Amino acid sequence: MTMAPIPKIRAEAVGKIFGEGADEFLAIDRIDLTVAPNEFVSIVGTSGCGKSTFLNMVGGLTEPTFGDILIDGKPVKGPGRDRGFVFQGYSLFEWMTVEGNILFALEKSRLSKPEKTELVRQFIHEVGLRGFEKSYPRQLSGGMRQRVAIARALVYKPSLLLMDEPFGALDAQTRGMMQELLLKVWEDHKVTVLFVTHDVEEAIFLADRVIVLASRPGRIKRELTVDLPRPRQFDIVTSPEFSQLKRGVLADIREETLKVMSLGDAG
Amino acid sequence: MPKTSSIAANAAAGRIDRRQSRRKKGLLRLRQPIPDRVFTTAGLVVPVVLVLLWFAVTALGLVKPLFLPSPLAILEEAWRQISTGILFEDAAVSSYRIIVGWLSAAVLAIPVGILMGNFRLFEGALEPLISTVRYMPIVALIPLTILWAGIGDEQKILILFLGTFFQMTLMVMDNVKNIDVNLIRAGQTLGFSNTEILWRIILPAALPAIWDTCRITIGWTWTYLVVAELVAAQSGLGRRIMDAQRYLATDTIIFGTLFIGLLGLLTDYAFKRTGRSLFRWTADR
Ligand SMILES: Nc1ncnc2c1ncn2[C@@H]1O[C@H](COP(=O)(O)OP(=O)(O)O)[C@@H](O)[C@H]1O
Ligand SMILES: [Mg+2]
Repeated sequence: MTMAPIPKIRAEAVGKIFGEGADEFLAIDRIDLTVAPNEFVSIVGTSGCGKSTFLNMVGGLTEPTFGDILIDGKPVKGPGRDRGFVFQGYSLFEWMTVEGNILFALEKSRLSKPEKTELVRQFIHEVGLRGFEKSYPRQLSGGMRQRVAIARALVYKPSLLLMDEPFGALDAQTRGMMQELLLKVWEDHKVTVLFVTHDVEEAIFLADRVIVLASRPGRIKRELTVDLPRPRQFDIVTSPEFSQLKRGVLADIREETLKVMSLGDAG
Repeated sequence: MPKTSSIAANAAAGRIDRRQSRRKKGLLRLRQPIPDRVFTTAGLVVPVVLVLLWFAVTALGLVKPLFLPSPLAILEEAWRQISTGILFEDAAVSSYRIIVGWLSAAVLAIPVGILMGNFRLFEGALEPLISTVRYMPIVALIPLTILWAGIGDEQKILILFLGTFFQMTLMVMDNVKNIDVNLIRAGQTLGFSNTEILWRIILPAALPAIWDTCRITIGWTWTYLVVAELVAAQSGLGRRIMDAQRYLATDTIIFGTLFIGLLGLLTDYAFKRTGRSLFRWTADR
């Protein structure tokens, strides 16, 4: 009966402390964030500012030290199949074929065997890996491996996709292709995406909203809405609107980087 | 390969400017490739030259046979041991000790290492102890092993076990720890239980590295063989060498040493080959 839609993600004053005693260290300080269903939100920040830590907390892989994270209005109690995860690095099961990796993700679902096989086939098709079903990850290029990872994270139909610098290791051309592929998959599957990156252009190009994190401790420095039309093509990055957004975020990131560097000098 | 042949044709017609050929050539340029053929030949030339030198030095009588018998004397010794059957007898006895000693170490070290690599409690409880114990000189343990295990095969096996177990446990622990932690996280996200993650993700991910640890440690047991057979052994490849020392039978010593080395090399090779076919997915492209 409630009129206001339940947010997909609701983070309330979420923080994380690592270590104990003298080694105690505040990695994330009170992050408040609300993400609507089907929204695409990017998180950018300098290396070490706590992006992965925050994403892992939303994924239920790390427990927040304080604050609450709600998904669909329910507190996160650990990892679950309502969320799909694409990790930094490739993180595929190297002893399984492309097909095997994706099928493994369906093992805990109640579908019949033919239904599973069909889903695997469909997702392999969708990420453009037809003909590579029987290949092992080591035999694939970086971009192809990350396609397997995306298919593995989506095949069981999670409603929230968490991505941690998924294209960070790819060359510029491949990365551009992967970004377009991701946007297409996102539009087709109606999932909410929380996308972590240190690449400002990538963050803006993909997202409805960009969250800029400050570092040491990680907290939200700025939030901006990206009002660029969709579907987006790669050449949008040359538009004046894009440049203006980019300039603002770059300035923020630069400030943070300088801050970290001077901290490093002092310590 | 039409592509290659067109390159070759162009090159033949002088259309492709072969920069390399204009550069200074040489086999001793810093970090530069050399032809494969040269590389392989160099590896063969060195041992052949050494054997020839050995030949020359002994044939010219520059050293006494007592210190260094000629390569022919070694071959004669080899033939003597083969024809009398001593060699196979020794090899069988020693192999048995190595297999049992190494297997019992592996059977314990692998599960303990896996526990230590996965559970901080086990690591905390065992790592300091094992790290200390592994520096014990194995030769110094001989008297104790005799007290505990007598002077039969058990004592030799115990030496091989002690020489392998501690190091191997720590190596397996590292193998397990070194897998990509995101594989475990992926398993958790996909809804697998901890037991399932252990058996279906952590173990297969660590297996090629654990296999490599097996290969390395079984190689060590061959090098421990002489130590294991130092006391109260009637036969064995290591024993044969120790006995020969008493009679100053240098040819037996050298042949025995080379033969143990050869068996070690063969074991290594067998493990490598088996590993390659067991873990096909680790091959690039
Ligand atoms: N398990 C951990 N134990 C201790 N410190 C950690 C741990 N994980 C991350 N950190 C620290 O927390 C900070 C944020 O890390 P992370 O979230 O990985 O940053 P990012 O992903 O933005 O590069 C870093 O300073 C990092 O060293
Ligand atoms: Mg990170």
